[in-house]
Amino acid sequence: MEKSKKKRNHPLDGLLRTDRIPHIWCAGCGIGTVFSSCLVAMQGSGIDLQKTVMVSGIGCSGRAAGYVKLDSYHTTHGRAIPFATGMKLANPNLNVVVFSGDGDLFAIGGNHFIHAARRNVDLTVICVNNLNYGMTGGQAAATTPSLAKTTTTPMGNPEQPFNLPLLAFASGASYVARWTILHTRDLTKSIEEALLRKGFSFIEVLAPCPTGYGRRNREAPLETLKLYQERTITKNGAHPVDVHLDIHRGITVGKFHEEDRPTCVEMYDRTCRPSFSVETA
Amino acid sequence: MRYWRVPFDLDQIHVTRGLVTIVEERCKGCGYCIAYCPRDVLELSDRYNAKGYRPPAVKKPEACVNCHYCEIICPDFAIFSEEIPPDAVG
Repeated sequence: MEKSKKKRNHPLDGLLRTDRIPHIWCAGCGIGTVFSSCLVAMQGSGIDLQKTVMVSGIGCSGRAAGYVKLDSYHTTHGRAIPFATGMKLANPNLNVVVFSGDGDLFAIGGNHFIHAARRNVDLTVICVNNLNYGMTGGQAAATTPSLAKTTTTPMGNPEQPFNLPLLAFASGASYVARWTILHTRDLTKSIEEALLRKGFSFIEVLAPCPTGYGRRNREAPLETLKLYQERTITKNGAHPVDVHLDIHRGITVGKFHEEDRPTCVEMYDRTCRPSFSVETA
Repeated sequence: MRYWRVPFDLDQIHVTRGLVTIVEERCKGCGYCIAYCPRDVLELSDRYNAKGYRPPAVKKPEACVNCHYCEIICPDFAIFSEEIPPDAVG
């Protein structure tokens, strides 16, 4: 077989700022896989990419907005969701994707997350959960599992982590899913669904952080993937209360919740300016 | 290709063939593509790229069935596969 001489490009090069690639993420970091899956879903869902924006907060995952060749915004720490909410309210025709990490969305941005979910703002929130603050040196985050070692918890984390799907569900998110980077095809399908539906969609993606978390918990990148392979249990439709993230009890993945309820903009128009909503309907 | 049980309609099934391309300068040598290739097509090469990482190399090009898993698991946009048209496979 003769190889063709023409230089072939990666199928996602059209959506990447290729001059900035290779990106800053460490070898074995899972953010790149989630990012790639998100781009595949954007391409595959057939949404108008001219009307699609990506908003990121601060942190390793926050760098994603700088690599995508769309209108993208790298916002202040924790403020990706309020920024995105503002954009959606100003221009409801936009597809707004929030791509950020667990520290940004759930620690400093925790309040913004629960209120955007409560209002059912029409956003797609993809949370890369690497179980620690990776960029600042692997400190314990709100998602660090109990007894896990980090820079700030050298004897093991004494605290309980958030159950992110349950938090999202309880706050009122209308689509809740969790996958790992090994479940790339399910993840891509989930992101596609989330992009095409109305309402607040939350997708948590577990990703290895070999430099920050793995190194202190004796998990080489491939070992983390092996854990995902062996310990994950797919339970679509499971109630978020029964969703675990524990090496011993198993990691529950799947699409847990989907419901249709009026979005923030719809409710506002219906309640506060009924004449406007009739005109535009 | 090895089969656990040879299908009766084997002669009618068209198995796609893929051509794997590795963008070596982007690779960070995490090895995910090598470990998770279902057809064991890839191996670690003994070369180093400009950043000092060892990219994968194609060990068994004829085994690739164009499943794209290396492409979607790669965090660095450094590997992809394309279908070889059936007439080119021969």
